Amino acid sequence: MSREPERSAGLPAALVPLAGLALAFLLLPVLGLVVRAPWRSMPEVLSRPDVADALRLSLLCASLASVVCVVLGVPLAWLLARATFRGRSLLRALVTVPLVLPPVVGGVALFTALGRTGIVGRWLDQWFGITLPFTTAGVVVAEAFVAMPFLVISVEGALRGVDRRFEDAAATLGATRWYTFRRVTLPIVAPGVVAGAVLSWARALGEFGATITFAGNFPGTTRTMPVEVYLALQRDPAAAIALSLVLLVVSVGVLAVLRERWLGSRV
Amino acid sequence: MSEDAAPNGASLEADLYVRRGSFALTMRFGVAAGEVVAILGPNGAGKSTALRALAGLLPLHRGHVRLDGAVLDDAAAGVRLPPERRPVGLVFQDYLLFPHLSARENVAFGLRARGVGRAAAGARADVALAGVGLADVGDRKPRQLSGGEAQRVALARVLVTEPRLVLLDEPLAALDAGSRLQVRADLRRQLAGFGGATVLVTHDALDAFVLADRLVVLEEGAVVQAGTPTEVARRPRTDYVARLVGLNLYRGVAHGTSVTLDTGAVVASAHHATGRVLVAFPPAAVTVHREQPHGSARNAWPVTVVRQEQHADTVRVWLTGPLDVAADLTPLSVGELRLEPGAEVWAAVKAMETMVYPS
Amino acid sequence: MTRVVLLGTALVLLLSGGISCGGGPSDSSRPGSSANSSVLSGTVTVLAAASLTETFMALGEHFQREHPATRLQFSFAASSELASQIVNGAPADVFAAASSSTMHQVVVAGAVAGKPAVFARNRLQIAVPVDNPGDVTRLADFARRELAIALCAPEVPCGAAAVRALESAGIIPSVDTLEPDVKSALTKVELGEVDAALVYRTDVQAAGGRVTGIDFPQAVEAVNNYPIAVLADAPNPAAGRAFVALVTSSAGRRLLADAGFQQP
Repeated sequence: MSREPERSAGLPAALVPLAGLALAFLLLPVLGLVVRAPWRSMPEVLSRPDVADALRLSLLCASLASVVCVVLGVPLAWLLARATFRGRSLLRALVTVPLVLPPVVGGVALFTALGRTGIVGRWLDQWFGITLPFTTAGVVVAEAFVAMPFLVISVEGALRGVDRRFEDAAATLGATRWYTFRRVTLPIVAPGVVAGAVLSWARALGEFGATITFAGNFPGTTRTMPVEVYLALQRDPAAAIALSLVLLVVSVGVLAVLRERWLGSRV
Repeated sequence: MSEDAAPNGASLEADLYVRRGSFALTMRFGVAAGEVVAILGPNGAGKSTALRALAGLLPLHRGHVRLDGAVLDDAAAGVRLPPERRPVGLVFQDYLLFPHLSARENVAFGLRARGVGRAAAGARADVALAGVGLADVGDRKPRQLSGGEAQRVALARVLVTEPRLVLLDEPLAALDAGSRLQVRADLRRQLAGFGGATVLVTHDALDAFVLADRLVVLEEGAVVQAGTPTEVARRPRTDYVARLVGLNLYRGVAHGTSVTLDTGAVVASAHHATGRVLVAFPPAAVTVHREQPHGSARNAWPVTVVRQEQHADTVRVWLTGPLDVAADLTPLSVGELRLEPGAEVWAAVKAMETMVYPS
Repeated sequence: MTRVVLLGTALVLLLSGGISCGGGPSDSSRPGSSANSSVLSGTVTVLAAASLTETFMALGEHFQREHPATRLQFSFAASSELASQIVNGAPADVFAAASSSTMHQVVVAGAVAGKPAVFARNRLQIAVPVDNPGDVTRLADFARRELAIALCAPEVPCGAAAVRALESAGIIPSVDTLEPDVKSALTKVELGEVDAALVYRTDVQAAGGRVTGIDFPQAVEAVNNYPIAVLADAPNPAAGRAFVALVTSSAGRRLLADAGFQQP
């Protein structure tokens, strides 16, 4: 409680202008969107059914993608943070590949793995009749591919910060490793998991390159908001700005509510 | 005396050999059911290593651990029961209460991990909390507890699982001086009610003397002395123990009632002995004089005052001469003798006050 | 606000119209740009539709030989993307679009000097993977539901052309994806992820043997015009005009024809 004022008083003055500059740098483009937005035609743009479809699809896919990221990413983060094996640092570097890969290349890479003729996709098709490209599931796959590193890095960092003696304490109290992981480690790193999930959700929501390459673009099944914005840009840049603002408002709104929920009870 | 400090019919029987880098711990000892043994030693002596090995958190390189006849560790046979399957509870130095759980949930943790239902575990946790005098803190998070309360919650968390062996790592080190006294007294009472074996690790002699039935003194990974607090205090075998218990300790060779110390000084004693011995006497037995004393004190040495420390109602004066001596005097006599660093005086000890025992 | 923008656009249009009236005839009446080649220098920036990549690169070499003091700089992308770059003030000398409507956007914004000239036409072809797993032979196959079909999105020129062709044939396609540009539609055919796509003939030709092209009669309904123009804010208008002249010259037409384009 008494820590807050103390901390702000200790802020070095030299950081303030730089922080202000960073804030301006981040917010000016958003301000540009707001200023240039065609406010008069906004109701018309928003009432278009394809926009509602795209928005709904975007929120659904980004949420599913972040669920996939959490379910698969947390164990991977645990492996990277805790297991000791040869090539771990190489593996850690490889995990960040989707971050440096241009998203379109990521989409092509997904084809080679999970496409109709891909290494794994071929068998998915033959054995289960599952084809991922050009489906909503494909959108989730593409978004999760691009967003997973955010979760893994965030959770791995949190896991490294955990005092491992908590796990020792749990073991001496009779808890198995699995019980300890669920009831001790995971709750302690929960803020890191939430932060990572939010980051990956935001990344998935804005994902364009890998999605349009791997999942394509079809209204109602694979056309997410970023694709909608991109196509609108071809035809009517003003409408593209309107759509971007919609995506922006919705995502900022969701993040603000999440923050309230999660951090409101914590601080 | 051998390093084997195991009494007959011990509940815990430990023969530990643990290597960690260049450090090696070698330790054999036992603890009877209901008995409290303190492992006393300076920092880095291997005390915590011993506890972690007993808890199963560190593997033994050699040796074994048996508890109530059941094998927990047997390095030769390749047996190593994992920590969660040992009936052993460990209270960590900084307690390590799980920060996301309330005090009640912390105490219930071990029961829940063993499959006890939420309600039943919560009820037993409440009983355990009441048992350590904390019936009303169940809903608090660890960060809302005082140091003493956290210590008791940690103890309740271990005791509720009904272990056969309780390990306490520096149970009072994290507390401020004010709460130490009370917590130490509480801890003593709670351990007295516990039927299993208890091993506590401390570097604080007072904790060890108050809480333990027997002491095992560990230095540089090896047992240097073991026995009841009284035995250890009376007859320290190393400078560390002597300093700890506040005794003047010397090594020398005895001829009858006279001991020639390794430094050359001669100490007269009331007991006959021969061969290499240790000589000890308490600082309170030392008297200080301006002139060479005459009378019943057979031991008198010309010494120089090095420094002095004010204690509660005595002043400890450090003297050097043919031998180094600590003396406890009243403030009045310090004033009368006009003692100050550099002052040249005589130190005397009655032969009756000295203890001589084989080294 | 919309009204203000429109008014501004009208003004710019008027102004640029005036300039083009003055400079237009002299431009078109000066095909022999070699006459003043010695005075041309500096950088020439050409923004061109992605489908022109190979042809314009070849023309560029030709141009550099004729005007060694200049430095030619290309930017190839979807026409509509380039159009919005120009409208937003990208510094360039020449714009070559894959459709008249895209060029029209730039003209309306007042960013073009003079009247755009159509220098080539392109028509659609069915592209299928080399092994043709869907056994596609004609446009009607695009209605087969079991096939994976890619078209360009209607927002981009190749998509608009595809809509025209399919409508004229009365075929309702079973589309799986609407690609943002023709190259990404072609890529999906190359990767074998779709059984067929409608792309430009030139794209099939540029892909070499990696995809198979199938002509279809309705393609004549969906011919795209490729207009080219010097931009109003061109930093190097003289060199820009020289490049346009080269594209519309007989040498330029020959190269375009080799790439599969048709004469305008």
